[in-house]
Amino acid sequence: MTDSMLIYKIILCVIVFAVSLGAAAYMTWGERKLAAWLQDRVGPNRAGPLGLLQPIADGIKMIFKEEMIPTHSNRWLFILGPCFFMLCACMTGVVIPWGAGWEAGGTIFPMQVTDINIGLLYLLGVVSIGVYGVMIGGWASNNKYSLLGALRASSQMISYEVAMGLALIALVMMTGTLSLKEIVAQQDQGLSYVVYQPLGFIIFIICAFAETNRAPFDLPECESELVGGYHTEYSSMKLGFFLFAEYINMFISSAIMASLYFGGYNFPFQHELGLDGNLLTAVQTAVFFGKIFIFIFVFMWVRWTLPRFRYDQLMNLGWKVLLPLAIANIIITGFVMLFMGKLG
Amino acid sequence: MMQLTNRSMQVAKKELTLMERLYFPAIIKGMLITLSHLFKRKATIKYPDQTRELSAVYRGQHVLKRDEAGAERCTACGLCAVACPAEAITMESAERKKGEESMYREEKYAKIYEINMLRCIFCGLCEEACPKEAIFLTDRIVPSSFTRGEEVFGKDKLVETVEHRVDVTKRQTPEVLDFKTDKKHYHNQTFLDKKK
Repeated sequence: MTDSMLIYKIILCVIVFAVSLGAAAYMTWGERKLAAWLQDRVGPNRAGPLGLLQPIADGIKMIFKEEMIPTHSNRWLFILGPCFFMLCACMTGVVIPWGAGWEAGGTIFPMQVTDINIGLLYLLGVVSIGVYGVMIGGWASNNKYSLLGALRASSQMISYEVAMGLALIALVMMTGTLSLKEIVAQQDQGLSYVVYQPLGFIIFIICAFAETNRAPFDLPECESELVGGYHTEYSSMKLGFFLFAEYINMFISSAIMASLYFGGYNFPFQHELGLDGNLLTAVQTAVFFGKIFIFIFVFMWVRWTLPRFRYDQLMNLGWKVLLPLAIANIIITGFVMLFMGKLG
Repeated sequence: MMQLTNRSMQVAKKELTLMERLYFPAIIKGMLITLSHLFKRKATIKYPDQTRELSAVYRGQHVLKRDEAGAERCTACGLCAVACPAEAITMESAERKKGEESMYREEKYAKIYEINMLRCIFCGLCEEACPKEAIFLTDRIVPSSFTRGEEVFGKDKLVETVEHRVDVTKRQTPEVLDFKTDKKHYHNQTFLDKKK
């Protein structure tokens, strides 16, 4: 790796970090606005035009609020919980290809921080580790509601990760690679993978809702039963970290769904437009963000439509419905590939 | 089994059909409902920026009127307090001294006149009872406050100033005036009168 590439990667890393933080901040605004609109209300409109400065006001409020650490809590774990959750949320952004790459002075600078050949596995791994943040936070709080929330979060995440992984296996069977860059590149021409893997996509999106603790799977933090769940005892910016990391997770999940199943930065007839090089890359990145925002919209739209699952329903859906469906999907995919002669 | 009431119903515990068990059609139906609300007109009135249009005869904060010369019309007769169903009005009368003729219209006036805005139900019976055309309800909204005490409005808040008269023409129409002066209206007659 040349020096210029190294500097570029560091800059890109910072940009990805900043963009995901910024997106998360404005998703809180978007969520509140959308919730209001879906309920025939106006939503935040006091801070700045259309309430656009609301996330900044919220952030300032969070930072300046009194920081409480319960005396009976495990102090270090209590602090570690939100930090860990935040770290895992931010780590996922590095393998996502945000664009094809742009050319300057003969070298191509890829719009991806790192293209590791096990990108998909890395994502699954980091997302799985993320649950430790919730678990540690809930355990260290030494509060029964927090503990219940943490327990629910961990069992829910473990249950749905299985189905999620199996849904991805069917996709990986088709792509033949775990590198996100190549999966997206394969969708450059022709149809997106959602056409070949509709069932897999549905399983994946349901699991993504469960993994990000979003409604209708928001049992770990249900306000009405568990007083906030695992973050009951948290205040100030530590609470902010938990909430913020959840939005980053949502953003990254949307990005993953867009790149795995909806062609990532590719869009139909992109090569017929006659755009070249860097301009095409810019348009592609914009299209990718458009796809991400559509998914984020769906996340929020579902939250303000569906009520929460009961716990047994959640487990039934995970183990008795999604898991067999995911396995069936693998078998069907295998047979179809066998008969189509695609299997090497 | 004996039926205790005829309200009991046979409950059918019917199995869900396949479409219902699939769950997705119902979810999509629900999501379309919420989506349709996205484009609906918002019910909110952005209050300090926007105010709701009040009806012409809205009954809001009271005003104690002065006459054309600027003297207070109220003579502390107490009819409003008697008429008040919420017992929100209290007053204390005093005799007009020499030299105060420009301040008070009649020989007696209200030294203290208080309306408890927390008790008041804004029915307008005080206005109807007043023989001197002194008290009126206006289209002003009673402001909120931090303490209960602030909600007891004294003369300082109720009496209109000489410079800034409060317009009550919308409530004091000729018909209303006519109605108030004519005590022989049908509804004022006794049962026996009506029979004749």
